[in-house]
Amino acid sequence: MNEIIEHIKKRFPVYEIGEGPNGVILMSVEASRLVPMLTSLKTNHGYSILVILSTVDWLEDCKFQLTYIVNNPEEKRDLGIRVFIQREDAEMESIHTLWEHAATFQREIKEMFGINFPGSPGVDDQFLLEGWDNKPPMRRDFDTKKYAEETFFPRPGRETNDPAAYMKQKLYPDE
Amino acid sequence: MSNTIFDWKKDRSMFPEPDKDGKPVVELDSQKYIKVWQGPNHPGVTGNMALELTISGDEVMEAKTHVGYLHRGFEKLFERRRYMQCFPTSIRMCVPEPDINEYNLSRGTELLSGIEVPEMAGWLRMIALEMARLQVLLRTVPGQGGTIGLGLPAQWGLYYRELILDRFEELTGGRIYHMYILPGGVRGLLPDGFKKRLEDNLVKIEAFMKEVDRVVYSNAVFKKRTKGIGVVPPEWIDQYGATGPVARAAGYKRDVRKDYPYLYYDRLDFDYNVEHESDVFARFHVRRKDVDTTIDLLRQIMAKMPEKGELRAETPNVLHWKIPRGETLVRCESSRGEYLFYMVADGSIYPRRINLRGPSYTHGVVLLEKLLVNANISDVSSIMVSLATCPPEIER
Repeated sequence: MNEIIEHIKKRFPVYEIGEGPNGVILMSVEASRLVPMLTSLKTNHGYSILVILSTVDWLEDCKFQLTYIVNNPEEKRDLGIRVFIQREDAEMESIHTLWEHAATFQREIKEMFGINFPGSPGVDDQFLLEGWDNKPPMRRDFDTKKYAEETFFPRPGRETNDPAAYMKQKLYPDE
Repeated sequence: MSNTIFDWKKDRSMFPEPDKDGKPVVELDSQKYIKVWQGPNHPGVTGNMALELTISGDEVMEAKTHVGYLHRGFEKLFERRRYMQCFPTSIRMCVPEPDINEYNLSRGTELLSGIEVPEMAGWLRMIALEMARLQVLLRTVPGQGGTIGLGLPAQWGLYYRELILDRFEELTGGRIYHMYILPGGVRGLLPDGFKKRLEDNLVKIEAFMKEVDRVVYSNAVFKKRTKGIGVVPPEWIDQYGATGPVARAAGYKRDVRKDYPYLYYDRLDFDYNVEHESDVFARFHVRRKDVDTTIDLLRQIMAKMPEKGELRAETPNVLHWKIPRGETLVRCESSRGEYLFYMVADGSIYPRRINLRGPSYTHGVVLLEKLLVNANISDVSSIMVSLATCPPEIER
């Protein structure tokens, strides 16, 4: 494993290399070097499965984190690669040429976070939301509660407790 | 297999004409094709999911998966809830098998905050996970017959599933949603006499599975309708990230319980259930063998688990439980394949991101859309059920 990491370190400008609590190695790389790096991992090092492509919204830093987790089924190892991109007009290179099903992940991310992946098949098609014209809903600055209050009208007889206050009363009444 | 009654491939291959890239050109205006929606309410689809099929005669030319009929925004809701409050939401992400969500979320929370689970709790978690797997398999294995008209064994299977749900009710208080596995451990010990009652159920289920073998697997109609149908080429498995029974039916030895051992699965004796034909029949055969493995594992767990011990590790006050910044990946084997959570904590009392990647994400979208091309419309539900798609997993 260390050999692969040394090899990658020599060829690509990776930083923030660390081991997650589950033994998964995570590293960050510049967005422009991601596709060559994934290609190298897939063709030279046996990381042939794209496990997940996930997005984290760091609103306070004005950044999106894209995490690509790839798996080597022979050695049974995972490698996580993080890419940070700007939140404004977010755009990232598509990896559907490496793994066709990445297009599904990218289509969902486009809809939920508003990150564009130019060239990814069907990336502009609706995935889950039909006729959605609001802010992409998984962004941290989209307020679900506010949206629900504005969109749906309250019905009588549906009063609810604040869950946190209710839990406190039930579990820790003396605190 | 030569099949004179259903041998229709020659005529059909005339439509549609392929273009110069070999891609079929489907022109709806030519009146050779019609569009049919299978779902979102249809007995032949799994869950609330729709297939937009373009058919010529009764051959599918193009298939598109449409999801979103059950979108409840779980991953968004997690971001506004404390870790403990995520549990009631998480189990709704896969209704037939909720325990895998409980396990993954608990394990992720424990890994991120550095909590060790007592041994007794680990064994009890395995009992819950294997019982959950068994009750799903009791639906899907005989239920496979239902997709091609052998509906009766599917109904019988539901009775035997109820027996396992009775045990769940006894153990956890709930039949469908159990909330048994919590961060730090589990909620309770096995009730008195539980092992004996579970063993009685297992004996009954074994006898029932022999009936299923006779009624479904030895049935000539079942074989004709499933052999050579919906073949997943082995090179697609890695390319599309297919897991679980779909990968094992294509000859790959893939099982999270053996490849990335969690809990105490490394102390149990079991093997990969592998087939090679990679068609609908092979996938069912793998699941059929999984039933035997699960029953065997439940017996091994009951024999090897300690009699008593600590149930839960000490955890902080759940209202003020801050988890330090970090990321983790948790996976377990569900009845459908690898079930994975990617969790990011930001040091606050709320999770920053919890992302689920279930097997249906590729099985139900890319793989299904590809397999349905040139399939007969009567085989659509059979192929779909053999991939075991679960829409809530796609549209978390």
